Amino acid sequence: MTDTLTPVLSADWGTDRAWTLKAYKQAGGYSALETALKMAPDDVIAMVKDSGLRGRGGAGFPTGMKWSFIPQDNPKPKYLVVNADESEPGTCKDIPLMMATPHTLIEGVIIAAHAIRAKTAFIYVRGEVLHVVRRLRAAAREAKEAGYLGTDILGSGIDVELIIHAGAGAYICGEETALLDSLEGRRGQPRLRPPFPAVEGLYASPTVVNNVESIASVPSIVKNGIDWFGSMGTEKSKGYTLYSLSGHVARPGQYEAPLGITLRELLDLGGGMRPGSELKFWTPGGSSTPILTAEHLDIPLDYEGVGAAGSMLGTKALQVFDQTTSVVRCVLRWTEFYKHESCGKCTPCREGTWWLVQTLQRLDEGQGKDGDIELLLDLCENILGRSFCALGDGATSPITSAIQHFRSEFESGLHTPSRELFPPAASTLFAPQTVGGK
Amino acid sequence: MMGQERSLSPSTIGELKEIAARYPEARSGLLPMLHLIQSVEGNVTNEGIEICAEILGISAAEVSGVATFYTMYKRRPMGEHHVGVCTNTLCAVMGGDLIFERLKGHLDVGNDETTEDGKVTLEHIECNAACDFAPVMMVNWEFFDNQTPDSAVELVDKLRAGETVQATRGATITSWREAERVLAGFEDGLVDEGPAAAGPSLAGLEIAAERGWTAPSVDEAKVSTGSTGGADATADTKTGAAEQADTSRAESETKLEESPADTAKEGEDD
Repeated sequence: MTDTLTPVLSADWGTDRAWTLKAYKQAGGYSALETALKMAPDDVIAMVKDSGLRGRGGAGFPTGMKWSFIPQDNPKPKYLVVNADESEPGTCKDIPLMMATPHTLIEGVIIAAHAIRAKTAFIYVRGEVLHVVRRLRAAAREAKEAGYLGTDILGSGIDVELIIHAGAGAYICGEETALLDSLEGRRGQPRLRPPFPAVEGLYASPTVVNNVESIASVPSIVKNGIDWFGSMGTEKSKGYTLYSLSGHVARPGQYEAPLGITLRELLDLGGGMRPGSELKFWTPGGSSTPILTAEHLDIPLDYEGVGAAGSMLGTKALQVFDQTTSVVRCVLRWTEFYKHESCGKCTPCREGTWWLVQTLQRLDEGQGKDGDIELLLDLCENILGRSFCALGDGATSPITSAIQHFRSEFESGLHTPSRELFPPAASTLFAPQTVGGK
Repeated sequence: MMGQERSLSPSTIGELKEIAARYPEARSGLLPMLHLIQSVEGNVTNEGIEICAEILGISAAEVSGVATFYTMYKRRPMGEHHVGVCTNTLCAVMGGDLIFERLKGHLDVGNDETTEDGKVTLEHIECNAACDFAPVMMVNWEFFDNQTPDSAVELVDKLRAGETVQATRGATITSWREAERVLAGFEDGLVDEGPAAAGPSLAGLEIAAERGWTAPSVDEAKVSTGSTGGADATADTKTGAAEQADTSRAESETKLEESPADTAKEGEDD
């Protein structure tokens, strides 16, 4: 039986100057790289595949399998691209990781590049996190000076160059094909798949795109083995992961635990909800995952468990809202976000999110019309699965799930503004009744 | 622009070329190049667009199309500091909306507007990946955690008075232009300021330490495997994996790719 919390990625976040190469090496850093460089690339792929590591960026696709799709007989260069464009509302795990221990990610990058035989790797980090960009760049420089990057790494004959690339503000660039267009210096608009990036990715060459946490998990697997990794987690969702707790909870923050922990367990660890709060609704993995309620407190937070409850594990971004919160206000705000971030490439998403906002604004103002709820559901039906990429799908999730669980609140929107039913001041961190609020 | 006098210096043009040369294909440098233009010019100027286009051998329209797509690029002159208030759902509920309202009134500006003294440009921003520190503000894209309307007012007043301000998790605040230079790829020597992590980032780690919890050792793992060890349960085919993955989209696309029909090739563009 493993412990309830199992810090691996976050284990050294409290260390003084954890971001430096010196601190990372003192904690045993780069020893997995030395092991991996002595392994044949296909053996590294097999190891990650056999570990059962699944993508931590939302989709849950097996990481090693993604690597194995790279056609090695393709004469073009192979590329590794790390998706560090963490922007899904609620998601806040990759940023603290890169801020505290960027070398964990860089060690993973070099191992992954070796496995897929990429000589060039990129970390595409969102531009709105200046200090993280500083830490990544300094870590890449230190790693290169120490011979972990560049040519003939540690005398292995293997070459890997790493480019730290800052984005410029666009949620859509978290979608892997939009990210690739952006990295090519274009507007970040998604591409039609297939072909998948493994076949035609960056510069139409075979490319692996992985989330930060997925790649950062690789050194621990190489170092400790697949049995160690598989001793944590559940049957189909193996290993440990970062859960991010935010909102009306007593102790928000990052909790690293084996996959399959429940929200109830996580809340209990940190002292439950904030004083006077009752859980009303929560997202399991960011705003694009259908919301859940108190009846879902005991579902295992793994890919299968959350899926069976009608939502998705997503990025494990647990945004928790209490009884002071208007669900209509929240859904409107998320929808405004999707409208703002829609890239405009396809009609269902570009026009659909616009109409969704119009309708939700009426309901939020207490000026909804008869049939507005049906209109929202009809719009969602016409966006889901009909838009070009997952942004459109995600935009419908909060709406349809909120209507499913809280239909009466939307009905109140026909006559009463949300701010009267749920005065916004009561929800804030600095509301008078939240004595614990800092 | 041809024949007109240019304000961008040869050294800036040299740096723009240096950025483009970092990449296997020069056009990949466009985003950081535009960050550099902003750091030098104070926003993305027409001249900056023309020069990027010249260096990359693409049209000014193509550069302009990129510059107007991304929210961090500004086509109007910016204040000395960019102050962002997260008003995405979680931060809005936790107080971001009230902070933004208070600042608009205090600074007498609307969204995306600059104070008369040119010190502060105020903007409401989307989720900045610090939800466990809500409500969050950003100054020149540095974190200011757990804000209140009062702390926000105090912060902008200090910025306007030119007082030294340090981010909660980050460095001493410089200016928006200097921040843009870092984003373009030029280090500024401030990397070692600020903590590795703080507050909520350490919540789980602290609880684990209090209770003596750790990840298993390799030896412990050997004893306990058998029930969950190995990847037998994880899909070992592409279609199987896509079915297990979280989105029906991945599943349908994978089936399309594997289908023998010609439709699978229609997606090839250019």
